[in-house]
Amino acid sequence: MDIRAGLSSGSKRAAARLITMIENGDPEAIEIIKENYHKTGKARIIGITGPPGAGKSTVTDKLAKLVRKQGKKAAIIAVDPTSPFSGGAILGDRIRMSDLNTDEGVFIRSMGTRGALGGLSKSVHGAIKVMDIFGYDYIFVETVGVGQSEIDIVKIADTVLMVMVPGLGDDIQAIKAGIMEIGDVFAVNKSDREGAEKTATEIEVMLDLNGMTEYRPPVKNIIAKDNKGVEELWEAIEGHYEYMVSSGNFNKRREKAIETEVLEIFKQNLLDKVMRLQKNTEYLSGLIIKVFKKQMDPYTAALELANILNKEEGK
Amino acid sequence: MTGSKTIRVLIAKPGLDGHDRGAKVVARAMRDAGMEVIYTGLRQTPEQIVEAAIQEDVDCVSMSILSGAHNHLFPKVVKLLREKGGEDILVVGGGVIPEEDIPGLKEAGIAEIFTPGTPTGVTIDFITKNIKRN
Repeated sequence: MDIRAGLSSGSKRAAARLITMIENGDPEAIEIIKENYHKTGKARIIGITGPPGAGKSTVTDKLAKLVRKQGKKAAIIAVDPTSPFSGGAILGDRIRMSDLNTDEGVFIRSMGTRGALGGLSKSVHGAIKVMDIFGYDYIFVETVGVGQSEIDIVKIADTVLMVMVPGLGDDIQAIKAGIMEIGDVFAVNKSDREGAEKTATEIEVMLDLNGMTEYRPPVKNIIAKDNKGVEELWEAIEGHYEYMVSSGNFNKRREKAIETEVLEIFKQNLLDKVMRLQKNTEYLSGLIIKVFKKQMDPYTAALELANILNKEEGK
Repeated sequence: MTGSKTIRVLIAKPGLDGHDRGAKVVARAMRDAGMEVIYTGLRQTPEQIVEAAIQEDVDCVSMSILSGAHNHLFPKVVKLLREKGGEDILVVGGGVIPEEDIPGLKEAGIAEIFTPGTPTGVTIDFITKNIKRN
């Protein structure tokens, strides 16, 4: 398949294949992204996160339908966990999005985390770029069901929507550090259930303690499956965007996201290079044995490993 | 850096029957064999299945049907896939399918049919050996 030709003709098949190539670490994919990088930056990236079963996929489905009604194109990246044992995964987020399948202006891609721990897959960056190049106006990124510290979404999304549900725990959960700090907009889904008002109040109290003056994340009670409160939720998301732009924080956040990405790529490349250079000599396994026998400590071993790069430069 | 290739399979339930126990068992077995399984849920039209297969860039579409509509729905999925440029996607089927229907389905482009009682390992082995992309 000619990916480049497919890219310019807007073929979904080409976009889909390019994302696969990124997931599989194909160097050709990086070349194609490089050539088209100047076309990125137009899409708005909305992160959707929250605990397992909160209704992230259902909310994503409704929000995507709403932007479609406005005549905008929507892409969805839905991440589910990869088995740490087999490397396999069951990616089930599409179940809630069935009737978006055949909409020309929608592209849904499911991804396994493939070992990443922050609630996303490391290929999400690349997949976002592909969809951006393809001209999707909104890219919704749905994380895995999160616990307390999977916060990678904040490093890539312009707006983070935190989907909560009633009955997950007492209010101490809401004042812990971590996941609850990254929400730009909060939705309390399944608000027909007992305790919905209490959950919303607990989030509000947490926000009070944060003492934010310039922008306060709104908290919306919704029932996503019945499409109740979704329009108000969307207005809140738009409100956050407007605040970000007018305050200058939009560009700051994107610059920060780029910094994170560049450093991640740098770290990965460096690690790949060291691993490649030591491979033939099995230098690393030698160091491991030394540390195990207490002949060396792990700090010294790490320095020794880095010295491979110096030796390489000396050649 | 060249990573390893992970096999991606779409598990779909075309048609109107609401029984997906078998599909879920197969999905779980595939997961444990290291595959990424995209599970789309019940009552999918051939159009929905094909669109999902294209967007997910799967290596294989695996359909399960218990309602008796296989002779209509399986070939339609193959036909639509070909129209959308997905001719290199392996298509297999399973469920309650009479022996005498199998030759016709294979003729229509379904690579293999797995009837009740087939060990999951057989299906996984077939997919691993027959996917058309390396």
